[in-house]
Amino acid sequence: MQAFLNDPMAMILLTGALVATSGALLGTFLVLQRQSMLSDAISHSIVFGIVVVWLLTHAQSGPLQIAGAALTGVLTVFLTEMVARTRRVKRDAAIGLVFPALFAAGVLLLNLYARDIHIDSHTVLLGEIGFVWLDTMPLAGLEIPQAVVWMTVATLVNLGFVLACYKELKLASFDWQLAAALGLAPTLMFYLLLGLTSVTAVAAFDAVGAVLFIAFVIVPPATAYLLTDRLSLMLLLAVLVGVASTLCGYPLAVRLDVSIGGTMASMTGVFLVLAFVLSPRYGVLGHWLNRRVKYSG
Amino acid sequence: MLELLGNHTVQTVTLGAVLLGMVSGLLGSFAVLRQQSLLGDTLAHAALPGVCIGFLIAGTRHLGWIMAGALVTAVIAALFVQVVTRYSRIKMDAGLGAALSVSFAVGVVLLTYIQGHASASQGGLDSFLFGQAAATRPSDLWFMGGVTLAAMALVALMWKQLKLVTFDPLFAGSIGLRVGVLETLLTAMIALAVVVGLQMVGVVLMTAMVIAPPVAARQWVSRLEHMVFLAMLMGVISGVVGVLLSAGVAHLATGPVVVLVASALVALSLLLAPGRGVLWSWLKLWREQRSIGQRQMLVTLHKLAEHHEDPYYPVERSMLDSFYGVATSHILRRLQARGFVVPASHMRQEGPHWALTDAGHNEARQELERMDWNQAEV
Repeated sequence: MQAFLNDPMAMILLTGALVATSGALLGTFLVLQRQSMLSDAISHSIVFGIVVVWLLTHAQSGPLQIAGAALTGVLTVFLTEMVARTRRVKRDAAIGLVFPALFAAGVLLLNLYARDIHIDSHTVLLGEIGFVWLDTMPLAGLEIPQAVVWMTVATLVNLGFVLACYKELKLASFDWQLAAALGLAPTLMFYLLLGLTSVTAVAAFDAVGAVLFIAFVIVPPATAYLLTDRLSLMLLLAVLVGVASTLCGYPLAVRLDVSIGGTMASMTGVFLVLAFVLSPRYGVLGHWLNRRVKYSG
Repeated sequence: MLELLGNHTVQTVTLGAVLLGMVSGLLGSFAVLRQQSLLGDTLAHAALPGVCIGFLIAGTRHLGWIMAGALVTAVIAALFVQVVTRYSRIKMDAGLGAALSVSFAVGVVLLTYIQGHASASQGGLDSFLFGQAAATRPSDLWFMGGVTLAAMALVALMWKQLKLVTFDPLFAGSIGLRVGVLETLLTAMIALAVVVGLQMVGVVLMTAMVIAPPVAARQWVSRLEHMVFLAMLMGVISGVVGVLLSAGVAHLATGPVVVLVASALVALSLLLAPGRGVLWSWLKLWREQRSIGQRQMLVTLHKLAEHHEDPYYPVERSMLDSFYGVATSHILRRLQARGFVVPASHMRQEGPHWALTDAGHNEARQELERMDWNQAEV
């Protein structure tokens, strides 16, 4: 067991697969609710939360950081909704106003009070999955990489959330009004979903960086959306596409000697383009062939 | 703070900020009005691989190549979003997000490739990620100035067409304008603005530079030409104030300060702009609520007096409180100040009472007439 845990390649792939799984589970609902760009907003503005928690407690990771991130994520969404609700600003502009402001505030705080610590905005935005196996913690008599521990927890929590609230999430994604009328609390679900997205983003930023995490949240679910009409199948396919991207990305990155996280995230794009062209029902090629058959027949 | 302007670096950076504010305010106005605010975000992230490709082609940090590369990949990403959202069931938000994250990932891959392979130093490529205003060189200013002038000339020449495509693309198409071409042109120009701003404020904060000045400007005016002009002014103000603030205080990065100044301008405009300001509508709502409370009170007292056939019938305040379900003393005191009610004494052991004056009866009768009129209209 310890030999497995000491193997860099196994740990990198395991971390990547966990990031992909946890991202796809939440991303499926974000994509269906047309809120994908909120994951982008959150993953930038958690820089603010990370810096504030660090300034207050000097904790660089752990439960306090995760709670801080969840709060910042919810704050981002709340502020965005507040600005949009004044009806003076369209919703997309509201998103684009709130998160850069929080990001800028975070970078400035970092600039002023924490010039020489490890959490520079670089690490937050880019991360490097190649080093996850170096940073271990003892657990149950084994030395386990911290990223693996935190990502496992995040994945289990997300999976638990999706399983426990499947009905609520499903209805909130397809018929918000009906969900509200039936008392299934779609707004609460919305904030829980985005709170968990922030938590997962902060757990993932060590591994792949906040921006690359967005790729795992948005792209595999979008790919799955092109392949199926069933929600349960879409979740499964999104997870599979995400994990496949990490598995394909790793050897490619090693061969080219480039960023592993970056290559894994780039691979999600390849799968999206493949689905866009080749998907049996919603692909461009299928449409084109159908039309030819229709007109010639 | 003004003596800072004597400093050569500060001069260069300030001039750069002025140009950036102008070009992003100008082109951002169209993006915000066409509800494509987050396109700027996607374009800014998608510029990163282009920056790297430009660097790989030129072999050094040559601004022209880097900007050309950035422009090309940004436009490719925008076209990708357009194609994917038009020809599949993927919606705008997922299209933007996918283009943003995947192209950024490709950029990260190329960045690490350059770090590991390129023989020349990759000095200054990081500055495109996070922005490094102090690295602006006087030679960069010529380039930025050229882009700004070109954008202004283009907008001036195509003013009517751009205006129509922004507000009514269907009509624009029906009178024979090439809507697709114009939209692509606008997108390309926004990409150009984003690319110009990258090295000053960086990828993430460039998003705000395209959105914040136009949104702030929109609150004050409602004609496109005024909005574009004001957005440019707001962009210049945030740029100059941000640069001077960050130059005056040690260790402050310029980009974030510029963005925070722009965000503060938005907040002020949203709250205070005449007509649209949120503060004014709150004030109006509060005044209306107050006046409705007073009018209701007058009518209640009037009807009670009529019912008891005593024009000066004293009504106990606690009864009014329980009738309205809220404390009414502040309403009564305001009516007293207007001369419509007077405190009245009834029996010694009871609480305060109030009675209508003659003026109060007149006002209540007018109010009732208005209510009749309103009902008649319905």
